[in-house]
Amino acid sequence: MVKGEEKTLGIDANRPGKAVLLMGVEAIARGALEAGVGVATAYPGTPSSELIDRLSKIAKKFNIYVEWSINEKVALEIAGAASLSGIRAITAMKQNGLSVALDFLSGLTYTGINKGLVLMVGDDAGALSSSNEQDSRHIARMLDLPLLEPATYQEAKDMAKWAFELSEKFSTVCILRSTTRILHGRGNVTLGELPETTHHPHFDTSKIYAPPMGRASKSHAAVHKNLEEIRRFHDASPFNAYVGPDNPELLVITSGTGWLYTVEALKILAAEKEAGILKLGTTWPLPHNLVSKYLMQANKILFLEEVDAFLETGVRDLAADLVPGRTWKFFGKGTGHINHFGELNPNIVIGAIANLLDITHRPRGSAYQKECDEIATRYVPPRDLQFCAGCPHRATYWSIKDALRLDGRDGVVTGDIGCYSMGQSPAGYSQMKTAHAMGSGVGLASGLGKLKQFGFRQPVLTVCGDSTFFHASIPALINSVHNESDFILLLLDNSGTAMTGFQPHPGIDRNAAGDAAPKVDAEKLCKALGIPVTIVDPYDVKQTRDEFLNILQGGDGPKVVICKRECALIRATKEGALFKVKVNPDKCLGEQCGCNRYCTRVFGCPGIRWDRDTKKAEIDEAVCNGCGVCVHVCPRSAIDREARS
Amino acid sequence: MNFKTKDPINLIITGVGGQGNILISRLIGQTLVDEGYSITIGETYGASQRGGSVASHVRISKKMAYSPLTPEGHADIILGFEPLESLRILTLFGNESSFVITNTRPIHTMAVVIGDAEYPSFEAIKEGIAKLSQKAWYIDASKIALDMGMPLLTNIIMTGALVGAGLLPIDKDRFKDRFRMNFNKEQLALNVKAFEMGIAEVE
Repeated sequence: MVKGEEKTLGIDANRPGKAVLLMGVEAIARGALEAGVGVATAYPGTPSSELIDRLSKIAKKFNIYVEWSINEKVALEIAGAASLSGIRAITAMKQNGLSVALDFLSGLTYTGINKGLVLMVGDDAGALSSSNEQDSRHIARMLDLPLLEPATYQEAKDMAKWAFELSEKFSTVCILRSTTRILHGRGNVTLGELPETTHHPHFDTSKIYAPPMGRASKSHAAVHKNLEEIRRFHDASPFNAYVGPDNPELLVITSGTGWLYTVEALKILAAEKEAGILKLGTTWPLPHNLVSKYLMQANKILFLEEVDAFLETGVRDLAADLVPGRTWKFFGKGTGHINHFGELNPNIVIGAIANLLDITHRPRGSAYQKECDEIATRYVPPRDLQFCAGCPHRATYWSIKDALRLDGRDGVVTGDIGCYSMGQSPAGYSQMKTAHAMGSGVGLASGLGKLKQFGFRQPVLTVCGDSTFFHASIPALINSVHNESDFILLLLDNSGTAMTGFQPHPGIDRNAAGDAAPKVDAEKLCKALGIPVTIVDPYDVKQTRDEFLNILQGGDGPKVVICKRECALIRATKEGALFKVKVNPDKCLGEQCGCNRYCTRVFGCPGIRWDRDTKKAEIDEAVCNGCGVCVHVCPRSAIDREARS
Repeated sequence: MNFKTKDPINLIITGVGGQGNILISRLIGQTLVDEGYSITIGETYGASQRGGSVASHVRISKKMAYSPLTPEGHADIILGFEPLESLRILTLFGNESSFVITNTRPIHTMAVVIGDAEYPSFEAIKEGIAKLSQKAWYIDASKIALDMGMPLLTNIIMTGALVGAGLLPIDKDRFKDRFRMNFNKEQLALNVKAFEMGIAEVE
C-alpha cells in the first residue's frame, strides 16, 4: 500500500470481496447501498443514529436523499412516500421511536407498499441510553410484519440488502431489528457489489393506498394470508441455521447477539457434542417447519434472546399443537433461567448452559475471585453519569434550584428526554421530577398547570431540549395556549441533538446532507402562538436566576424562556474554551472556609477537584471546558477567569 | 500470554466517556483485519459523552468471530486511560495472567467530586492492580499530553505504550501507516509524536 494514499475503507468502498471492520449500523447502511437505496430518513436515537450519520456523508456520491426528520413518524412517512413512488427507502429509529411511528406503520400494513421499504429498529437492550428497553419484536407480531434479526456484523449487511427484496416480494414493510451489541459493536464484513442505480419515481395514480372505508378488516384478512406465505418463505431462509449434533441433549434456540455468545459458551464449556444451536434470523413469522424439525430432535430447549421471551412464547405456542402427547422441557425467561430484562452477555449464557448440562464452571479461582470482590467493594466506587464540564444544562439547573428556593412555593419541574434528563440526579441537583417520553414534559406541565381549580398552588416549570421541542412538544404547547394552562417552558437550546451526536433538527440552519437549510425559529414560533418569550444565557447564572424568579412570580398562562448556549463539547471542538479558569490559592481558604467545599460538593462540576494535599480547590485543566460559571459559585470569589482570545 | 499462540486475544480498552476509546479500538481493529484477523469489538457509548465508564472489548482471533463481550475472567490485556477504570475492569474480567497498561491520572467520579465517596489513593490502586495481574505498566500519559499542549492525545500515548510493550501482533510502523489513513496532515505529526512518546515509556 502506498503510504498516505489510501484512506481507511468506509461503507462506500467499491471493493467487492474486501473484508473491512464495520459497526453493525454501518453494515446495515452498506447493505442498503448494495440494495440501491434512494431515500434514507431517521430521527436520531441510540443505538440507531449512525445509519443516517454515515449515509449523509456519502449521499451526494450515491444520489441518495438523506433526511434528519422532525420525528420518527414523519421519517417513516418520508420513506413511505419514496416507496410508494418506486424508490427503495430505509428509515431508522430506536425502540421508543417505533412507538412514535406506530400509527403510520399500522396504516402501511394494510395498504401495502411498492418498492422495498425497510424499517431498521435499534433496540437498546439493557436501556444503556434509553428510558425503557421495550422489545420492538412485539410490534412485528402485532402488525403482521416480517421481522429479521442479524446475529453477526456480516449478516447485518447481508440481511439489510435482503430485507428490501423481501419487502418488495410481499409488498410489505420489513422490520430489521437489532440490539446494541450488534449495532454498536464492530466486526469483519466482506463487502458486496455496489449497483449502478438510477431512479424513475412515479406515483401510479391508478392505485389507491388506503384501507377500504368501513371494510378495513378485509385488508386485515389479506395481511394474515400474506403472512402465511412469508412464513413458508422464511422456512427456507439462508439466515436460519442449525449447528450441532443430531438429537442434541440440549437445543438452544436463539437470535441476534445470543448466537455468538452461545457459540463461545459451548466452546468454553466443551459442550459442542451435547448441545445444538438453532439460530433464527427470520423471527416473525416463525418458520414453523424448520423449528418443528429441530424441536422433534430434542427434549430440553433453552431460549436465548434479548429482551423479552419472544421466540420462547412463539415456539411454545407452536409446540403445543405439534404432536399430541409429546412434551418438552422449555427453559428461558419463563422459568427464570434467563432474566426477562436487560442484555444477554457471555456470563449469563455460559451460566445457563452449564446449569442445564450439569457442568461445573468457575471462570476464576476462588482466591482470585475473593480478592476481586474485596478490591471492587473497597476501592471501586460506581461512576455515575454527569454533565460534561462546562455543560450549559448544569448552569441552568443551578439557576432553577436557586430560583425555586427563593420563590419558596415548592415549584415542580417536569422533564423530558435528552442529556438534560440527568437533571433528575445530583448532576442536575435533582431538580427534574419526571421523564417519560419525547415531548411529555410539556404535556405534564400543561396538565399540572390546570389543577388550580382544585387548590394546586405549586408553580410549574418544564425543561425541554431544542430537538425535543420540535419532535413532540409543540402540540402540547399549543394545547396549553388554547386551554389556558399556567406553566413555564424552559427551552434548553444547546444548538443540536447533543445526546446522540449533534445531529441537526428543524431549528438548525443546515440539513442532514450538510447543506444550508431554512431554520425554524422557536422564538418566533412561540410568539406566533401568543406566548411571551424571554431569552437568557445560562452561563450568566445571576441574570438567569433573576429572570426565572421574575417570571415565576409573574402572570398566568404558558410562558417560554429560551436558555440559549451551545453545547460545551461542540464549542470546545469548534472554538475552544471561552475562559481560562484558575483557583486563586491565596483567596481559597480550603477546608478552613465556612463553605464546606461548596464548589465541588454542591456545584459538582468535574472540572473542579479538591486537592488532597493543599486541602483547597483546583481546576483540572485536562477536564475543564472553560465555561467560567464556577466563578459565580464560589462564595469567596476565589476562582478567577480570563477570556481566551 | 504469548500473542503468537493465544487465540483469541482479549483486549479491553477502558476509560471515561470522552477519552477516545472508540477511536483506539477502531484503529487497532482495522489494522488487524488487514492482517487477516477476525475482529469483534463490543462497546458501550450511548451515555459516554457524559462521563460514564466506557469499555471497548476487542476480541482478536485467526480462527473465528468471537462475541462482542469478553466472558468473565478472560481478559488478556487491559489498556486503561483512567486508573480506577483499569482496576474496575480487572476485577470484572481479569485473571492471574492479565497484563495491564494504565494511565495514572485520575478522573474523579461524581460521587467523589461531591464528597460522597473517596477516590482511592494511587498506592491502593497500584496494589490492587499488582495483586490481580501478571504485569502492569503505569504511565502518566495525561501529563505527557498536557505537556504537548493537547490533553486529547492521552489515548494515542497509551496506544503507543500498548504497541511498544509488544503484547499485540501489531508492528509499530504498520500502525503508523494506519495513522496516515485516519488523520489529516495537521493532526498526523502530533499523533505520531504522541504514539512514539508512548512507546518510549515502555522501552
